[in-house]
Parts: sequence; C-alpha cells; structure tokens
Amino acid sequence: MGLLTFKGGIHPYEGKELSKDQPIETYTPKGEMVFPLSQHIGAPAKPLVKKGDRVLKGQVIAEAGGFVSAPIHSSVSGTVKGIESRLTATGTMANAIIVENDQQYEEVEYHPASSLGELSKEEILKRIQDGGVVGMGGAGFPTHVKLSPKNPESIEYILVNGAECEPYLTSDYRRLLEYGEQVVEGLKVMLALFDKAKGYICIEDNKPDCIKKMEDLVRDIPRIEVKTLMTKYPQGGERTLIYATTGREINSSMLPADVGCIVDNVETVTSIYRAVMLGKPVMERTVTVTGDAVSHPKNFMASIGTNMRELVDAAGGFKSTPDKIISGGPMMGFSMYQLDVPCTKTTSAILSFLKDEVSNAHETACINCGRCVTVCPGHVVPARLATFAQHGDMEKFQQYDGMECCECGCCSYICPAKRPLTQSIKSMRKMVLASRKRG
Amino acid sequence: MNEMYNVSSNPHVRDKMSTNRLMQLVVIALLPATVFGIWNFGIHALLVVVVTVAASVFFEWLYDHFMHKSNTITDFSAVVTGLLLALNMPPEIPLWMPVLGSAFAIIVVKQLFGGLGQNFMNPALAARCFLLISFAGSMTDFSVAKGAHAVVDSVSGATPLAAMKEYGGLGDIHVSQMFIGNIQGTIGETSVIAILIGAVILLAFKVINLRIPLMYIGTFTVFVCIYMVASGMGFDWNYLAAHLCGGGLMLGAWFMATDYVTSPITQKGQLVFGFVLGILTAIFRLFGGSAEGVSYAIIISNLLVPLIEKVTLPTAFGKGGKKNEK
Repeated sequence: MGLLTFKGGIHPYEGKELSKDQPIETYTPKGEMVFPLSQHIGAPAKPLVKKGDRVLKGQVIAEAGGFVSAPIHSSVSGTVKGIESRLTATGTMANAIIVENDQQYEEVEYHPASSLGELSKEEILKRIQDGGVVGMGGAGFPTHVKLSPKNPESIEYILVNGAECEPYLTSDYRRLLEYGEQVVEGLKVMLALFDKAKGYICIEDNKPDCIKKMEDLVRDIPRIEVKTLMTKYPQGGERTLIYATTGREINSSMLPADVGCIVDNVETVTSIYRAVMLGKPVMERTVTVTGDAVSHPKNFMASIGTNMRELVDAAGGFKSTPDKIISGGPMMGFSMYQLDVPCTKTTSAILSFLKDEVSNAHETACINCGRCVTVCPGHVVPARLATFAQHGDMEKFQQYDGMECCECGCCSYICPAKRPLTQSIKSMRKMVLASRKRG
Repeated sequence: MNEMYNVSSNPHVRDKMSTNRLMQLVVIALLPATVFGIWNFGIHALLVVVVTVAASVFFEWLYDHFMHKSNTITDFSAVVTGLLLALNMPPEIPLWMPVLGSAFAIIVVKQLFGGLGQNFMNPALAARCFLLISFAGSMTDFSVAKGAHAVVDSVSGATPLAAMKEYGGLGDIHVSQMFIGNIQGTIGETSVIAILIGAVILLAFKVINLRIPLMYIGTFTVFVCIYMVASGMGFDWNYLAAHLCGGGLMLGAWFMATDYVTSPITQKGQLVFGFVLGILTAIFRLFGGSAEGVSYAIIISNLLVPLIEKVTLPTAFGKGGKKNEK
C-alpha cells in the first residue's frame, strides 16, 4: 500500500536529529511567570485575580471571555504581581497576568474521573472547557468548541495529528514515544463524544518507532487505527491531513466537521486526557528548544508562562548570538525580535538560527518557472496571486482563489527567485478579510 | 533596548536552488551540444559561440547601464540567451550577424518588455527568426568549412530535412549519423545524443520536467505517423526517425520550449503547450515552404501562453465543496 499523502508539498531539511533523541525533561521555572489572557482564538480571558492575590498551581486565574474562549490557569503557586501589557511570541502586546513564583508548587485539589464510562457527553465537554484546552498545535482554537459541531452524528473520523511535518520540531515525536498511552486515552475520550467515529492516529513515516509503539498500543482497540503518512511538508496541515487519510477535501470556508472529521494535535489530545480523566487543566506542554544556535537542543516539559529565555538557558544557552529566533517551526513559526517572551499553550518550539537565510536571500524577478504551482497544496498559482497582491488588485486576487491559500509557506520556500510569495499573499488575505468585515 | 533579532514573515527557510544556479545548470547542460558543434564544424563555430555569448552579455550590461538599472548579467540569463542563439546559427555565418541578433534578443525582445521574466517570446528564437527573415541567404547557408567533421550529402549538399523536402530522400546520409550529429545544420542542433545528455542533466537537477518535451515530441510523432499513412507514403521508419533527429526539434523541445518565462506556469498548461507545439511544428515542416518549423512553432506558441494559462488554471483544493448546512 502506498503511503497516505496529498498533491504538492516540499521536502525541506528536517533537522529533527538535533533533538529527537533527547527525552522530555521537566523544567522547573525560576523567574516570574507571565500568563497572556489571549492564548487562544476568540475572546480574551477575563482576569479573576488582582494584584497581591495569592494563587495556587492549577487555580483558574482568568475565566473564559465567551463561548469561543478558554480559561487560563496558573502553573505555579505564588503572588499576583499585576496585570499588564506584555510582548507575546507573535510580536504583539497582550494583557497578561504576572505571577511571582514562590517555588512552593502548592496545588489546588483536582477531581479525577473514576472512569470514562460514567461521564456524560456534557460532562466531558464541560471538563475540557474548564480545563482551558485549546488547539496546541499552533492555532489555539478552543477545543470544546471544535468538539461541539452542529451535527455530532455526522462525525466519522477523529484524526490525531502526529504528523509533525514542520522541520526541527520533535515535541510531538517525544510525546508519542514517551506518553503514547495518554494520547490513546485522550482519543478514547474524544471517541466517547462521537458514537459513530473512528479514531486515526496519523504519523509521518520518518517516525517508525512512534508508529510501531502506537500500533502496539491500539492493537486491541477496534475503533482506533494508526495511519502512516508520507513525510512531506505540510502533511500535518488540517486540510492536507484530512485529504491524505480520508480522501475528503475542504476549502477555506469549510470546517473539518463539514466532511465528518475532527482534527486535533497530539499535544491537545494529551491535554484532553489530563483535563477529563485527571481533572488537571492545561498548565504545561512539550517545547522543543533547538536550532544550530543552541548548545544542547532539548525537549522540555515546560510550564505555561515560563520565560523562553529560561528554557534556552536550560538547553545550554546559545553557542553564539543567533541571527533569528522563531517561536514554532521554520515554515509557519513567528520570528521574534527578543527572547523575553512567555511560553503559551501554543508554543511548540523555540528555534534559533545562527544565520538567517531569509535576510541573506536576494530577491530577483519571477521567471515563471512554476515551482510554486507544483508545490502548492492549495492548488492555486502563488506567483500570480503575489503579483495581484503587490498591485493591490483585490478582485483578481479573489478570482484566482487567493483566499484558498493556507499560508503554509511552500511557495516562498521553493521560489528560486527568492520572492516572498507567502508574505504578499498573506497580507492580501488579511486585507480581503478586513474589507469583508467592513461589509 | 538590548539586542534585537531578525524578524520576517514565515517561512524562515529557503530552498538552495536560485535563479542564477538554474541558469548555470542550463549552460552546463548545453555544453555537450556546444562542444560537439565546435568539433563538428570547426574553429569558426567556436568563434560564433564566443562572440554571440559575449555580445549578449555586453548588451545586457549596456542596457542596464544606460537605463540606470542594477546590473543583471550575474543572473546568467544573458549567457543562456547568447548560447542558445549561437547554437541556432549556421556554422559559417558572418560574425556581425549573431552580434546583431544578440542586440535584438537582449534589447528588443527581452529588456524593452521589462527584462528577465517579462519577455513574451523566447529571445534567442525571436532573434533567429529576425535574422532568418532579414538575411535568409546567410541564415540558410549550411555549407561547412573544409576539414570539418560534418558529412555533406554528395547529392544535394543540403541539410537532411531540406533534402527530404526537396528530393524526397536523405541522399547518402544515414539516420544514425543524424543521431550522432556529424551532419549539416546549425551549430548546436545536429547531435541528438549530445542534446539528450544535456536533457538528462536538466532532468536530474530538476531544472525541467518531462511535460513539455514529451508532449511536444509525442504529438509531433503521432502527427507525422498520421501524415505518412494519410498521404499514401506508408509507414516509413527512416522518414519518422529523420524528422525526429533532424532540424531543431530536439534542441527546441528540450532547451527552448522549456524556457520558463515563455511557457505556461500551470501544469495542465504545459501539456497543452507541448501539444500545440507538436501540431504547429508538424504543419510547418510538412506543409510549409521551409523544411524547418521548430523556431516558428515555438515563438508562435509563446504568444499563446497567456491564453493557455487562463484556460488551464488549476482548481483550488476543495473548491466547490459544500458546507454542512444542518
């Protein structure tokens, strides 16, 4: 049988060997903890604490600001120093609750479930919502919303995204290898919500040890299967993953649920397990600290709110000053102008490069080579879209399906003329969305 | 503020391939045909190659200089244009003609329309056709110098394709000679084997894909076969092989039809483009006044590219999908 895949995509240098053999190391934060109120898509959370309050580990410090929102929990015990605007990984300022860590790690009392069978669907969703679980692969969409589709009976597949197609990242890899049982338990919780659904754990074939381990774990579970994907970026993109495993296509105006699918990242599924079965909210996640600028690339179990600088120091610091630091992977991550930024629920990696390939690349004219068209998983014509974007031609841009771009970055990566195609298209998409909002 | 790191939009990594590396690879892939041409036709062919390439690069520099544009000769595209033009010249051409051709290719066809990436026709072929129209005599004089390796047909003294058209046969030239290339023709077009070695280089380094060349040669083959049967001559291996190995077909299909700028960007469009090329080449060769048809077929197809692209836009992923209404 051929490997599951999609049409298009690229094969960048993987760089996973830097950190893949480093077991997940729990990092105990030292300095102040910063909890941005917006770690998810949707309304920011509303603070429940004020300056001077003592908080415990696991305590809700901000409640959801609406249905499409998620609460924030403290990952340490200590004193609230204040609520102020702080820089986040995406480069924007956001209100954040600052907690002085007292190093006591005094915890609230958790309420584990005795068994999955005795929880109703409503109770499961309530636990996920109260646990502050959001899409931890990067998007940060509140999970309880995703798990409440309009038509729950139509859900046929729950896809656990373990593709980890972003180069350099090894957090999902280590998660599957070391905590695969939790992923399976989390998937069981999700399957309990959708009676007709099958669970697929989707892993790229560059992680044979994970595939083997997960296959062993699910051998006797009839509703769960492991699916092996071809190693190719962006195999782990929501649309490409659904296509590769089920043959179904969704466009930008559709949700996975429209074709009977729900996709969640390995990290998210683990958090679902912890929130539902252990009663523990999202307080930690795996973070890969890697790149050629880091002395000892590592995988950490990091508390949400930890300053990224602490994690880099824990990985031996920088060999020499990096040119570029990225939150996330090299294809879709955010470059950061400074390192004093908190880890949030969506921080999968801190990647640093000694040399910045992008600023060293010299842009030349498009030669119409068609490479961007060949690699585009959205089957659009990036070179033309970028030109329309640069000309500000909104009409043509939409006519050529510019809104179907998923901003995966393949076109910019492959372009021999080093044109910033993704960047142009991305900006234009934002403008179109803004103009639609204006009506 | 302490020190700041670089910031840019994603992605943060880039493929190693660049425009000038692509152009350099094309030059390398053209070397077997170039070297063979020089061996085949002698020292004047070498002069033509050197002068044409130098002239193309010079005109590129000249235009940049006078238009106060940044210097673009380092992207190697002028070298490629010059070399392709040289390979399309008869071996004994007076040297000023390819120089004039270079000026036409670089300044008129390429730079006046906006430079690299903006030309609507293959500059080298447009220049060749310009020279063909202006100096038909010199451009179709394929006599070779004394002592050159090229074998001349003792009957007609013409290139194999012209001989077939005029006299209905190859004379004493054998098809295997056409494959190897020690026959008359332009400097770079005669050796099929040297061109195929170059094509393998282009394919190995993923400079080109098979869509255009295979569709082009395939369509042409089918058309010629149909013609042979329909015209009552019957299926003739020699005739077909001579058409495939003769003239500019191989050089055109692998090196000039695949020019990025003047071929469609869409994958389906590339197939259509190859199909149109095959049909046009066959029509020009079989029914036209001249024995050759590749150059005109390519530049005419170049003009069709915007139209072809327009009708072959790919369907966006998931387009037409329905939202779940319930």
